[in-house]
Amino acid sequence: MLSQVESHLRSDRFPHIWCPGCGNGIVLSALVRAIEELGYDPDKTVVVSGIGCSSRAAGYLDFNTLHTTHGRALAFATGIKLARPELDVFVLMGDGDATAIGGNHFIHAARRNIDLTAIIFNNSIYGMTGGQYSPLTPPGKRATTAPYGNIERSFDIAELAKGAGATYVARATTYHATMLEKLIVAGARNKGFSVIEAITACPVGYGRRNKMGNGLQMLLWQKEQAVTVKQAEKMSPEELQDKIIIGELYRGEAPEYTAMYEEIIARTKGKNQ
Amino acid sequence: MAEALAIPRAIKIQVRQGWCKGCGICVALCPKEVLSLDGSGKVAVVNPDRCVGCGRCEIHCPDFAIGIEVKEQ
Repeated sequence: MLSQVESHLRSDRFPHIWCPGCGNGIVLSALVRAIEELGYDPDKTVVVSGIGCSSRAAGYLDFNTLHTTHGRALAFATGIKLARPELDVFVLMGDGDATAIGGNHFIHAARRNIDLTAIIFNNSIYGMTGGQYSPLTPPGKRATTAPYGNIERSFDIAELAKGAGATYVARATTYHATMLEKLIVAGARNKGFSVIEAITACPVGYGRRNKMGNGLQMLLWQKEQAVTVKQAEKMSPEELQDKIIIGELYRGEAPEYTAMYEEIIARTKGKNQ
Repeated sequence: MAEALAIPRAIKIQVRQGWCKGCGICVALCPKEVLSLDGSGKVAVVNPDRCVGCGRCEIHCPDFAIGIEVKEQ
């Protein structure tokens, strides 16, 4: 399998910059396997990323890639998809990139239901810039900007995406790497805006400060905390507190943006003739 | 079922030490103790015969340093 995965990597850029035990590589690996499974033409596959540790992922992939500005990955991806709707576009963002700096782009991409597959690497922190708390840092957890514990409530990315209009919402952890791969495949097949939240470990910027151990221990913590959608149905809200619900969380139906746009073009062209 | 298990398979374990950062995830997740960290803290195959080809190491390696190939013979 390595050779198949490697054929989609820019091998000369390796070893990558991520820290030992960082989960970003596991998410990247799941994405590559998903694209392999989808059988997409590499020349018609686009990967757009924003800024942050996770967004370095695009640079390691041998597809058409764009490493854009902070929070604006979805804005660039929207432009690509509108100009070339036949391309398959994946958008890689971190939790801060997607929900703080790019929060508006995120909700509006969901509202438009544009056919993009967004993968959010949620490591609960701004790792690259030095461990500041993000909108996904859980309450009480420590960050360089929250030395006594974070007093803010965190977003629920899945609920946010669903509420804003996304038509496919799923979550997995890096421990559940095969599930993550399958969810990316399903998200890519959905004709609309798909959000896959990948819970990933930042052992250096987040784990160490919160006494969660190294990358391996954080990976095993994900295993302990995760409950599937089916298991969660039988659990009370109290039991579900601090748990991570994984699996396909939501599927909806809505008109897709580029298809609607094409319709407008066809209609107006027809009028002018 | 016994027959299915008896199908001979060739398992190839590829390790790329230059990409390994020694996090130890593969070593801990391997159900058969096939892998270990060597003196330099990088992954090494110590019990290749015990590998069952499950691929847990490969899909959980954050560094793309391990590949498992299973071929039915």
